[in-house]
Amino acid sequence: MASGTLSPSSDRETRDSVVIRFAGDSGDGMQVTGTQFTLETALAGNDLSTFPDFPAEIRAPAGTTFGVSAFQIHFGAVDVMTPGDAVDVLVAMNPAALKVDVKDLRIGGTVIVDTAAFNERNLAKAGYKTNPLDDNSLAPYQLLKFDITKLTADAVKPFGLSSREAHLCRNMWALGLLLWMYGRERAATTDWLKKKFAKKPEIAEANLAALNAGHAFGETAEMPEHLVGYVVPKAAVQPGLYRTVSGTEALAWGLVAGMRAAGLERLVFAGYPITPASALLHTLATLRSYGVVTFQAEDEIAAIGAALGAAYSGALGVTSSSGPGIALKTEMLGLAIATELPLVVIDSQRAGPSTGMPTKTEQSDLFQAVHGRNADAPLAVLAAATAVDCFDVAIEAVRLATRYMTPVIILSDGYLAHAAEPWRIPTEADLPRFPIAFRTDPDGFHPFLRDSKTLARPWVRPGTPGLEHRIGGLEKDYDTAHISYDPDNHARMTKARADKIAGIARDVPLQAVALGEDHGALAVVAWGSTFGPIHQAVRRARDEGHDVAHIHLRYVSPFPRNLGDLLKRYDRVLVPEMNNGQLVRLLRAEYLIPAEGLSKVTGKPFKVAEILEAIR
Amino acid sequence: MTVTTITDAQLAPKDYASDQEVRWCPGCGDYAILKAVQKACAELGVSRERTVFVSGIGCAARFPYYMSTYGFHTVHGRAPAIATGIKLANPELDVWVMTGDGDGLSIGGNHMLHVLRRNVDLQIVLFNNEIYGLTKGQYSPTSRRGTRSPSTPLGSVEYPVSACGFALGAGARFVARSIDTLQPHLVAMLKRAHAHRGASFVEILQNCVVFNDAVFENITGKEVAPDAQILLEHGRPLLFGKGKERGLRLRPGKLELEIVTLGENGISAADVLVHDETNRALAQLLAALEPPFPAAMGVLYCNPALSYEREVYAQGAATGGGSLDTLLRTDRTWQVEA
Repeated sequence: MASGTLSPSSDRETRDSVVIRFAGDSGDGMQVTGTQFTLETALAGNDLSTFPDFPAEIRAPAGTTFGVSAFQIHFGAVDVMTPGDAVDVLVAMNPAALKVDVKDLRIGGTVIVDTAAFNERNLAKAGYKTNPLDDNSLAPYQLLKFDITKLTADAVKPFGLSSREAHLCRNMWALGLLLWMYGRERAATTDWLKKKFAKKPEIAEANLAALNAGHAFGETAEMPEHLVGYVVPKAAVQPGLYRTVSGTEALAWGLVAGMRAAGLERLVFAGYPITPASALLHTLATLRSYGVVTFQAEDEIAAIGAALGAAYSGALGVTSSSGPGIALKTEMLGLAIATELPLVVIDSQRAGPSTGMPTKTEQSDLFQAVHGRNADAPLAVLAAATAVDCFDVAIEAVRLATRYMTPVIILSDGYLAHAAEPWRIPTEADLPRFPIAFRTDPDGFHPFLRDSKTLARPWVRPGTPGLEHRIGGLEKDYDTAHISYDPDNHARMTKARADKIAGIARDVPLQAVALGEDHGALAVVAWGSTFGPIHQAVRRARDEGHDVAHIHLRYVSPFPRNLGDLLKRYDRVLVPEMNNGQLVRLLRAEYLIPAEGLSKVTGKPFKVAEILEAIR
Repeated sequence: MTVTTITDAQLAPKDYASDQEVRWCPGCGDYAILKAVQKACAELGVSRERTVFVSGIGCAARFPYYMSTYGFHTVHGRAPAIATGIKLANPELDVWVMTGDGDGLSIGGNHMLHVLRRNVDLQIVLFNNEIYGLTKGQYSPTSRRGTRSPSTPLGSVEYPVSACGFALGAGARFVARSIDTLQPHLVAMLKRAHAHRGASFVEILQNCVVFNDAVFENITGKEVAPDAQILLEHGRPLLFGKGKERGLRLRPGKLELEIVTLGENGISAADVLVHDETNRALAQLLAALEPPFPAAMGVLYCNPALSYEREVYAQGAATGGGSLDTLLRTDRTWQVEA
């Protein structure tokens, strides 16, 4: 990236990687600030990983600790896989943000505060008896105090904003300062502001002025000695065209890619608003010209019902929710299993049970996905490991759903839904293709005639002459598909449904070892969004000389056919999960191995150090 | 195998019957409804391959198995949701929802509300027998107060919902009512419902011979029918009785109907209200008629508008022509050189 406006590099210190957290009131625009910093950082060629952490309340009472919204970004010249354990720079826009987030700041780290926000009222709301800016409690850190409120107000004065509107530009001032600190451009943010406030040019101009003022402050102000600019060199990555992508975007685009790969004309996505899954509905709602029809249903049940109706009609039917909503969809999943129709169901897991902590991440729906239905009701379950991985997992879910005529659940989570990372953009020509064939031949047809290899029944589009048929949730005769209460037939159909799903294991790649040997003292086995911290921890442990490998599962039901043999080649198996021990129980039940669990149920992702400690 | 080509116009009612043995109780009103639907299909010449019957759970929900069209027997109360998905995926399909008073107004009441409000192009046929039949006779949301059933041995204390009143309240744009035994009328109502683009709601009073026999006898009994039913016809005066000697008019100075007799107290035909299918307020008054008023049969309300799925597709074709490569390259990208 060109760096014409930056301080001479000789003045700047070099850092391999940095963790910044922007924290403020939920109305302070911290998510926007973090997102824009992420974009500028990606454009500067760093690898990165982000973690937004916001409250469930849209606008919790201002200034309170439970209204604090934060956005963390870890970026660097090296392979960045997690949002970072410890924060190097904390931007705290008010006392509550400082109170909540300072505990994650490393000793010696930098904290930047808006002094104007540390008034008596805000201090009291945050529960401070004395002002932490004056009482020496921040001595372990480098404290940078600026009157960001006044500096912003001065910068936006020419645009005639109300004092409230001016106050809302503070985040852009802070962003400008941080962009200066790390030698970032402002072009993408400038474009974004102009687009975002196209209809309110004075607001756009004011925000730009605040952004530029923050940047200029770093460039020109007499800074305390310890505020210097930094250089974070570009990461060494594979050549190609890149962008940043969130897990939600990757899922949405992967579903479209999967529809194309299957040769289907239409994707019907039906959802009901629920945190943190709604963003997928929003993203897909903009993709009409790609063959996507979205439907905001009256409830979770109607959403999966409409998706299943669409599948019955020959479209790609998709629904999505979070744990409590998936619970409501359970009966309809049973119908999808009984009628053997393809369906993709995405579960963006959150902390529970019940409403739990809607904006906090967890991996506690594994049991629900694998077993959470009445009767013997098997289906396939896939788990996405990273934001980028969501794209491939979505395509694979469409492949399995259409090839095996089954619902497939994709397990994502609150972290993956919002996390963003750089992505080397694939071209459509390089993506897999698995065109499906609708049955059109009436000769010998009945709706549950099974493919000898996959055991899948034919998919027939209503509208096809000569293939008119009736299906439903009642048990049907194996040989005629007519309603049947015959005891032996039910046993045969139950087995056929189970065999069909079990057979998917023959059609998916053998389980690979993500890092390390395929045998040894310890395997750390995991699934889902814990990939980053576990991979980093295993890498560090191996650097320290530990005999440890990382195995990460995409296929959690059925398991890859070599998994049992693979796990038995390690002396110990450790299963870290953001739940109270679910995969570990599935592995123990399936393979009779003494796998050990490592649970974290705080609503926050694992830290590298936590995994590393367990390995040691 | 060669497919025998029969043009749909040549199909007889029996050609819409599947090869499955019908398994409703002998004497069940559902037989008459099945016959009426098959007759309506034949008279309309509907295409079997383009027609889908969707149902939930209950006696009425077995309906799709007995039709030679496409059929989907689904989950209790959820047929409207599944039918909505079918129409969104393929608006060209001709979709019927067959439901009952428990399926459509109790467990599926929410979906019924929204499918009518959205105006999805479906024929929704609600078999109202005022009882749960398949689960052996519990009172339903349309059961009258005092109904004694296994779950209300002392008599139900609940107020029933009016199916047509509910539909009108939900914003339905086609609401009709008929009776299982009123054959030519029922066929005519089904044909009207089929002709209507958008959600069309038809309530059929249906006799459950086992658990609620003769519950509609006060309306359908041969002796009482002329005075207990009023057959609605658009543009015609609201007259009933053996010799059409009685009529309905607005009670002067009040927003309510009253029964008048022609020739009494100076009442002439000109005093009687003329049925207007496009008047929702009148439809609500007619839907709510209870003894001693006659029960309204016919099209209570018909006021078409563009259907939901047509509106959705009018916003954008969903043809899938957009390039995936373009999609993935929207927003900021950057090139990393070798």
